[in-house]
Amino acid sequence: MKNYQAVPEVDPSGAKARIELSGYLRGLKPPPPSVLLKSAQALALAVAVCFSVGAAGPSNRYSDLNHRLMCTCGCAEILGECNHVGCSNSTEELALLRAGIAAGKSDKEILDSFVAKYGAVVLAAPSKEGFDLVAWIAPFAVFAAALLGTILLVRRWSVGKKQNEDLVADPATDAMKEKIRRETE
Amino acid sequence: MAAFGSFALLIALALAAYNLLAGAVALRLIATGQQAAISPERLADTARRAGIAGFFAVTAAAIALVWSVFANDFSLTYIMEHSNRALPAAYKFSALWSGQEGSLLLWAWLLGTYGFVLRLTHKTDVKLYAYAGVILAAIQLFFLAVLCFAAPPFALYQGATPADGNGLNPLLQYPEMVIHPPMLYLGYVGFSVPFAFALGALMMRYPGEKWIRITRVWTLVTWLFLSCGIILGMHWAYAVLGWGGYWGWDPVEIASLMPWLTATAFLHSVMMQEKKGMMKSWNVWLIFTTFLLTMLGTLLTRAGLVSSVHAFAQSSIGTWFVAFMGVVLAVCIFTYILQRDHLKSEQQLESLVSRESSFLFNNLVLLAACFVILWGALFPILSEYVVGNKVTVGAPFYNNVAVPIGLFLLFLTGVGPLLPWRATSLKAIKRNFVLPVIALWVTVAVCLVVGVRPWKDGALDEGNLYALVAFAISAAVLTAIGSEFLRGTLVIAKQSGRNLVWAKYMLIRRNTRRYGGYIVHIAIVIMFMGFAGAAFNRNVETEMALNDKMSIGPYTLECVGPTEDSNANYDSWFARLDVYEGGVKRFQMTPERRVYLANGQPQTMVAIHSVPGWDLYVVYEGENPDNGHPIIKAYLNPLVSWIWAGFALLFLGTLIALVPSLKPMAQKGGQP
Repeated sequence: MKNYQAVPEVDPSGAKARIELSGYLRGLKPPPPSVLLKSAQALALAVAVCFSVGAAGPSNRYSDLNHRLMCTCGCAEILGECNHVGCSNSTEELALLRAGIAAGKSDKEILDSFVAKYGAVVLAAPSKEGFDLVAWIAPFAVFAAALLGTILLVRRWSVGKKQNEDLVADPATDAMKEKIRRETE
Repeated sequence: MAAFGSFALLIALALAAYNLLAGAVALRLIATGQQAAISPERLADTARRAGIAGFFAVTAAAIALVWSVFANDFSLTYIMEHSNRALPAAYKFSALWSGQEGSLLLWAWLLGTYGFVLRLTHKTDVKLYAYAGVILAAIQLFFLAVLCFAAPPFALYQGATPADGNGLNPLLQYPEMVIHPPMLYLGYVGFSVPFAFALGALMMRYPGEKWIRITRVWTLVTWLFLSCGIILGMHWAYAVLGWGGYWGWDPVEIASLMPWLTATAFLHSVMMQEKKGMMKSWNVWLIFTTFLLTMLGTLLTRAGLVSSVHAFAQSSIGTWFVAFMGVVLAVCIFTYILQRDHLKSEQQLESLVSRESSFLFNNLVLLAACFVILWGALFPILSEYVVGNKVTVGAPFYNNVAVPIGLFLLFLTGVGPLLPWRATSLKAIKRNFVLPVIALWVTVAVCLVVGVRPWKDGALDEGNLYALVAFAISAAVLTAIGSEFLRGTLVIAKQSGRNLVWAKYMLIRRNTRRYGGYIVHIAIVIMFMGFAGAAFNRNVETEMALNDKMSIGPYTLECVGPTEDSNANYDSWFARLDVYEGGVKRFQMTPERRVYLANGQPQTMVAIHSVPGWDLYVVYEGENPDNGHPIIKAYLNPLVSWIWAGFALLFLGTLIALVPSLKPMAQKGGQP
C-alpha cells in the first residue's frame, strides 16, 4: 500500500464539505406496509431530494473549474473526477488551480495558464474562439439545415401528393398499385 | 494448441475465401443465365456449406484460445499479457476479449455464428440468403485476414516462457465484464446481417419489401443486444470506475452509441417503407451507415486515433480497417448507383401532421444526434489537421450540444404515437394532445413551486433548466402513451365485456409491434428521468478515522473499522461503514480498493445502496499517507435506479415487439 498514495479532491476552503439535506428528510418515519404507498413515498422522496438540494452541478468555483479541465495523465477523465491513486498529474493540476483562485485570477486567466502549461488538450471542451468555435457552431448549423430540409421535403411530398391526386383522380389506379405491391411481397 | 488454433484460423480463412468466390461466381451465373460446367445452384450450395464449415473452424480457434488461457500457456504472447495463474476461472473467459487479438477472434466467431444460423435457414428465400451469405463471407474474410496476418492471437512469446502472466486488466475483473463485451459485440457484429440482406437485396433487385420483414427480427434482436451492451457498460462504469457517474462521453461509449442511433432511426423509418413504400433509398443507406459506424467505432478506439479511459486493446490495425471501410463504402456507392432506379419510392404524404412526418423528424433528430457525437469524436483530429492544435472534446461539449437534441427526441417520443397514419384533423389533434399538454404545464408549475428553477442568483442554471424540461416532457409523454393504452383497452373491454387487465393483454397481443414499441418509448422516458436526476448529484469527501462520521442526505456514515485483506489475486483495503438513517442503523457498506498482484494495478470496488429515489454511492479513495486514515467519498445520486429499471422495461418491450401478433382468426375466438 505504501506505493500508492491517495489523491483526494481538495477543498480550497480547507474545511471538509458536508452537504446535508433538509431536516424533514432525515426525520422520516419508516414507510407504511402497503406496497402502493411505499412506491408513492419513494417517488415523493425522490422528487423531494431532487428539489430540496436545488442547484445543479458543482456549487463553487473550484469545483466548476476542475470540471472544465482534464487530467493530463492519459486517463481521459475530467480533472475533478480523476480518482486514480497516485496520479501525480491531477495533484499538480489541482494545486495549480487552487493557487490561481487564491491569487484572485479570473476564470479565463486560470484556464489560459493551464493551456499555456499543458496545451489546449487540458480544456475539457473546445474554447469558443478561433477555429474551436466551429466545433460549437457546426452541430447546430447542421441540425438547423437538416430541420429546414425535412420541413421542405415534407411540404414537397405533400404538394406532390395533392398534384398527383388532381392529375390522376382514379381510384382504380390506387387499387391496382396496392394489388401489385401485395402480390410482389 | 497454438499450432492447432493458427491452423484452424487458416482453414477458416480459406473456407471464407471459397465461400466468397464460389458464391459470387454462382450468383453471377444465375443472374446472367450463362452456362457453366457445374450447375450454378450446386456451386452456390457448396459456397453455403463452406460458410457453415468456416463457422466450425473459427469455433475451433476460439476454443483453442480459451483452452490456452485455462492451461496457463504463457508461451503465447496473448495469454502472457492478459492472464495469470491466480485469475479466477470466470475471468479467464474474459481474457478472450480483453486484448486486441482476442476481441477480433470473438468478433469473427460471432460473425461465424450469425452466418451459421443464416445459412441453416436459407430455405426461407434461397436466392436472397445466398447473396447475404456471400456478403457475410466477404466481411468474415476481412476479419480472418486481420487475425492471420496483422493481429494473430496465437503468436508465440519471444524468449523464455515466463512462469506467470501479467494478469487481466483489473477493470475487467468485475462480474458484468463477463457479459458486457459479448453483448456489445453481438450488437456490433449482428448489424452485419441486416447490412448483408440490404446490400444483397439491392444487388439482386429484390422485388417488394419482403426482405425487410425477413431481416426485421435480425435487426431488432441485434438492436436489443447493442442496447444491453451499452447499458451493461454504463452500469459497469458506474460500479467500477468510481467517479460517481455512468456515462462520460468516452470514445468507446460514443462508438457504441452511434450505430445504436442510426439503427433506431432505421427501425422507425423502415415502417414507412413497409406501410407506404417510401424512403427506400434512405433505409438502405441507414443500414449501410450503421454497419460502417460499427467499423468506425472499432477504428476510433482500437487504432489509437482517440484516447479512451477503457479502450483496453489498442494496436496498429487502423490501416486495415480504413482500407476495409473504403472498400465497403465503394461497393455500397457503386451498387446504389447501379440499382438506384430499383429504389424509386412513392414519396407522397397526405398531411404535414401525420405519423409519416413524425418518423421523418424522428430520423432527423436521431441522425443529428449521431452527427453531433461523431463530430465531437472527430473534431480533435480535424483541429490538429487544420490548425495543428489538438483539443479535447469532453463531457461539457456533449452536455451543451447533445442534451438539447436529446430532449427534442424525448418530445418526439410522445408526439409520434399520438399522430395517426396518413392524415389527422384539428379536432383529433386537440383530443389527443390536451391531456399531455396539461400534464406538461402542471409539471412545470410544480417544479417551479418546489424550487427547480432554470435560474440561480440571476443567472441561467443549465442543469436545472434541462432537468425541468426533461421532467415536464416526460410527464407529457407518459400521459400521451398512457392515454393511448387506456383508450385501446377501454374499447376492447367494452367490445368483449371482459375486465381491463384482460383487455390490456389482448390490446398488446393484437398488435405486439405497436404496443411493444410504446412500452419501449415509456422505458426511454423513464431512463431520461433517471438521466435528469444527475443534475442534483451531491457528494462529500472526508478522511475517516475509527468512529468518525460523515453525513450526506438522509444518511450518516460511521467508520467502524478500516480493514485490510489479501488473497492470491489481490490485496485489498476497505472501510466498514455503518449507515444510519433517522438515527437508526440501517445497513453496513464496505467500499474497497484493490491492488492486483500480477500487474500492481489498483482498482476501485464501489459500495452502492440503491433505493428508488437515489443511490448512496461510497468510494474508498485511498489513505492519507501521513496517518493511514481512509479517505471516503460519498455521493447521493438521485434517480439512478430509474435508468436500470427503464432498461428492464425496454428489454421487455422489445421482446413483446418480437412476438408475432394474434392473427384475426384467433382474435375472433378471443384466445390469446
